[in-house]
Amino acid sequence: MEADGPFYRRERARLLAALTRVFGVENLSLAEDVVQETLAKAFEAWAFGGVPEHHSALLMASAKNRALDVFRRERTARKFAPALQHLIESEWTLRPAVEELFLPPALKDDELRMMFSCSHPHLAEEVQVALILNMLCGFGVEEISRIYLASVAAVEKRISRGKKVLGASQRLFDLTAEDFAPRLSAVHRALYLLFSEGYHGASDEAVIRAELCREALRLARLLVDHAPAATSATYAVAALMYLDAARLPGRTDEIGDLTALFEQDRSRWDGRLIADGLALLEQSAMGSELSEYHLEAGIAGMHATASRFEDTRWGEIVGLYDMLLKVRPSPVVALNRAMAIAQLEGPEKGLEAIEAISGIERLEDYPFYAAALGELELRCGRSEAARAHFQEALDLARNEAERRFLARRVEDCAGGKPAISRATPR
Amino acid sequence: MSQFVFLYREARTPSPQELESRMAKCLVWFKDLEKNGHLAYYGHPLNRTDGGVVRDAKGTVTDGPYAETKDIVIGFSLIEAKDFDQAVKLAAACPLVAGGCLIEVRPVLKL
Repeated sequence: MEADGPFYRRERARLLAALTRVFGVENLSLAEDVVQETLAKAFEAWAFGGVPEHHSALLMASAKNRALDVFRRERTARKFAPALQHLIESEWTLRPAVEELFLPPALKDDELRMMFSCSHPHLAEEVQVALILNMLCGFGVEEISRIYLASVAAVEKRISRGKKVLGASQRLFDLTAEDFAPRLSAVHRALYLLFSEGYHGASDEAVIRAELCREALRLARLLVDHAPAATSATYAVAALMYLDAARLPGRTDEIGDLTALFEQDRSRWDGRLIADGLALLEQSAMGSELSEYHLEAGIAGMHATASRFEDTRWGEIVGLYDMLLKVRPSPVVALNRAMAIAQLEGPEKGLEAIEAISGIERLEDYPFYAAALGELELRCGRSEAARAHFQEALDLARNEAERRFLARRVEDCAGGKPAISRATPR
Repeated sequence: MSQFVFLYREARTPSPQELESRMAKCLVWFKDLEKNGHLAYYGHPLNRTDGGVVRDAKGTVTDGPYAETKDIVIGFSLIEAKDFDQAVKLAAACPLVAGGCLIEVRPVLKL
């Protein structure tokens, strides 16, 4: 049983979703207090004899008892849902009402409803993701600030803004509501961003980033397992995450440095995740929808199924990037397309493709834009130009791992050795 | 072998995160004690709230043993050790101590 981080976070999220439904979203902070009390007491008790086998059920039972006490204590001081208000006035109806609120069928959709609630259209995407991290993944403000390399105060502000909007909504999002479909797209987007933060994000802590990916996978799985949410796009989002996450173990080498795709030890990729991802990708092909997630999942699938870098089907990848650019025009997508073109047609063509990107200046602060130029110049044999680009990228690096990776590239150029000879397709 | 009561005392209430990491460490510590034959009885954690020290026949109650402190017993265990010195060594290795807890080590009175 894993007793640190994830266990606590998972239980916190589950209890919070349930108690928020029980007390009503306007009493969110009350729900949070009760969750903290419940967990604190359990951790203290379990320090002596160990964590009991049915700890989840015990925690929920303990939360239920606390909820009973809260209703008794606060029934006159606080406003609860109108339907509940008269039931909690009398001890005769209070207990059965609360018992019912904690029965398995009532608990079933809490986390999903919370997820949809956090993806509120009045909230900026970054606020939605921060809320999901806090409410559904159980990350504290300090942890979230470490994820974004932001100040605690900034994250606090972001989350409290989110909670205000959440608290103003009447109740947790109803999964049968009319605006289910648009809300589902917002959820996709938020989970996609959550995953990307783990996969490409700025945080230096590999452990915390792997956890972000795991959490995103878990939440995507919740969507897949809930029939109305299991749309073709949902399968595509999940496939994308599985196929990318499968390659996570290969992304850092023994000393935790980032390794470029072509240097990765593919035997370290997670075969089970790849298999699951490919199955999800297949399911995403039902229906006629072709979302940006389908295309990205397709690209991820191409990489994950190439047993050697040289075997990658670059032609098809370029084709998928072409389509992706139409659905989601962005300089980052265009940059990735240019790198695929470089694989297919040679580095000079790749450099031409980069020059042709409109809005490339928006990537000025993105270390991997300069690094991409460096890679291609190096492959063209112009190591001086390459070195300058890598140096520029190094100056932009956002964390230690990126710095180490880029510093190594600068050195490779200085030595004049074509460090990436294997990058050219055979 | 002699027996010692460990009384865990603490004046503050740690955060849930602290309590969680403490729980993980305590479990390891207890397992070690058990493996090495030092654990006579796990004992119990005690509720931090609703307790008190009765001070006189009138039933005056304060939080801790001294009127001005909140230092309270948060749990107890029964430990087997060769002598007081060894019991102290065992207590010093307890993760609770590292977290700012005090452990009162009391030999069980033998006749």
